[in-house]
Amino acid sequence: MPRVLDVSIQKKFSSQSSQSKTGELNAAFQAPAGFTIIFGASGAGKTTLLNCIAGLVRPESGRIATADRVLVDTDRHIDAPVADRRIGYVFQDLALFPHMTTEQNIAYGLAKLDRREQESRAQAILESLKIAQLRHRKPNQLSGGERQRVALARALVTDPCVLLLDEPLAALDYATKANILDDLRRWNATHRVPILYVTHSRDEVFALGERVLVLERGQIIARGAPHEVLAAPHMETVAQLAGFENIFDATVEAVHEDRGTMTCRVGNSGVRLETPLVRADVGAKLRIGIRSGDILLATAEPREISARNLIPGVVISAERRDMIVVARVKCGVSSGSEAAGLEVDVHLTLSARDALRLVEGRAVWLVVKTHSCHLMAG
Amino acid sequence: MDWQALALTLRLAALVSAALLCLGLPIAYWITYSRRRWKFLVEAVVALPLVLPPTVLGFYLLIALGPRSPLGRFWQTLTGHTLAFTFEGLVLGSILYSLPFAVQPFAAAFAAVDPRLLAASATLGASRWRTFFRIILPLSGAGVLTGIVLSFAHTLGEFGVVLMVGGNIPGVTRTVSIDIFDKVQAVDYAAANRTAAVLLVVSFLALSGVYAANRGALFFGMNQSRARRENGGAPRA
Repeated sequence: MPRVLDVSIQKKFSSQSSQSKTGELNAAFQAPAGFTIIFGASGAGKTTLLNCIAGLVRPESGRIATADRVLVDTDRHIDAPVADRRIGYVFQDLALFPHMTTEQNIAYGLAKLDRREQESRAQAILESLKIAQLRHRKPNQLSGGERQRVALARALVTDPCVLLLDEPLAALDYATKANILDDLRRWNATHRVPILYVTHSRDEVFALGERVLVLERGQIIARGAPHEVLAAPHMETVAQLAGFENIFDATVEAVHEDRGTMTCRVGNSGVRLETPLVRADVGAKLRIGIRSGDILLATAEPREISARNLIPGVVISAERRDMIVVARVKCGVSSGSEAAGLEVDVHLTLSARDALRLVEGRAVWLVVKTHSCHLMAG
Repeated sequence: MDWQALALTLRLAALVSAALLCLGLPIAYWITYSRRRWKFLVEAVVALPLVLPPTVLGFYLLIALGPRSPLGRFWQTLTGHTLAFTFEGLVLGSILYSLPFAVQPFAAAFAAVDPRLLAASATLGASRWRTFFRIILPLSGAGVLTGIVLSFAHTLGEFGVVLMVGGNIPGVTRTVSIDIFDKVQAVDYAAANRTAAVLLVVSFLALSGVYAANRGALFFGMNQSRARRENGGAPRA
């Protein structure tokens, strides 16, 4: 039988960081053996989801089942005790037992086995995670990465039928992280159980991801392979739009899969922008957001520059606001064209304005990097 | 120095702290982890001896232990005599009187154990029983020691309840504090002073031990607050 975790639950929750931020988790998905990444901002309900699966929190309604048993079914009043679920859980703060050595921490979950079996299993996991030399140390004598490994070993050694990892690598440096990710991948290759891996790091998503679920305010808003989901236009949402001074309606004109970019026509101006590739077809309506601070201004046409978007225009106003200058540039009106033109706000420093002598009527070039163009569903 | 009274007092205090260890741990566990609405009532009852005059407690105990109460009658049919003015009655009264001195430090220590550790223990398949003995109790060492020593010391110095329930029968219910009272009544200040000084020194040593243990100097070599400091807090995103 394939080992699949089947989840469909509702649960009200309040965020860890602020009790006032509450939401309702409403998640339904199936996680097959292997990594399923739960991706989302803090307060999205990721930890609540894991706690429901582990049994530390009871969902208001719904059902959670593994391949061979039902863990929760509120309709049938099933709620398996935490200790019987056989779910490995690596907590965000690890929760190592401070009064026990590495070896004791790891053997803790093996109480039901006889002593010889306990020792051989602990030995095997100590070696495979390269922490055998730490066996007699207590958690306060370990480094961050070592503690992480011990916590991982403690969960893996019990041979769980589902593994939950709550931002297990968030506090680690890049090299340590990469090492532990390798170990996790190796374990996954031999054990094939569903692994739910919570993170808000894009690096980890791409390093581990077979599947990604994007959680936002308790809802699953996207699911699929990492490159599909993380590049999808609905990654930018209305809330995130707030930070963009420039938001334009646009139409996809061409898709360059091989280069990972697209060409979009902005509104009905003649302006075209090169943007990152998202899952969208030619002709699709999108919105493009560009922060005023991400745009460069040049007074001569820049040459030999990596930015792909060079747009000629004219300064129509330059207003000082406190310590920055907001220049409004009109572009896309070439003589003889019917195009409506496009007004773009650009933030400059006072010294930049003075050096370039930016005043009304001055001809300029807007310089915008491809990845400064943020795409949203239209 | 009335050695008989001293021996009796030490025996009483040892029995009472042992009984409170057995009784106080489950009560403290329940107070710490129960989510019952009426939990506050139990907490109030446990704390009552802290504020009640010992004579009030002693008076009601005397009634309860006497031959007219169900408890007294039950004991009488069982043993042929009532509990009042016996050593057993004294033990019972002292247990009630010292209850908060054991339960409160126990409960405070349990509450200080990081709940994530309990969650981790459960996900590793441990029963509540195992979680209590392997995680909660070892991490509450200093608090448990404090509770035991405080109830021991408190029983040593108890007067009002003893006088009400036990009276003043040499070798049966006559404790050190009663002995001191007798000496003062008899204007034998020198003898009262000798006994009082012993009590003072014993109490001081007991409390010094408690405070030393709480600083992690004696007990475990590592109490929890120190462990947390050294961890620099668990890594958190």
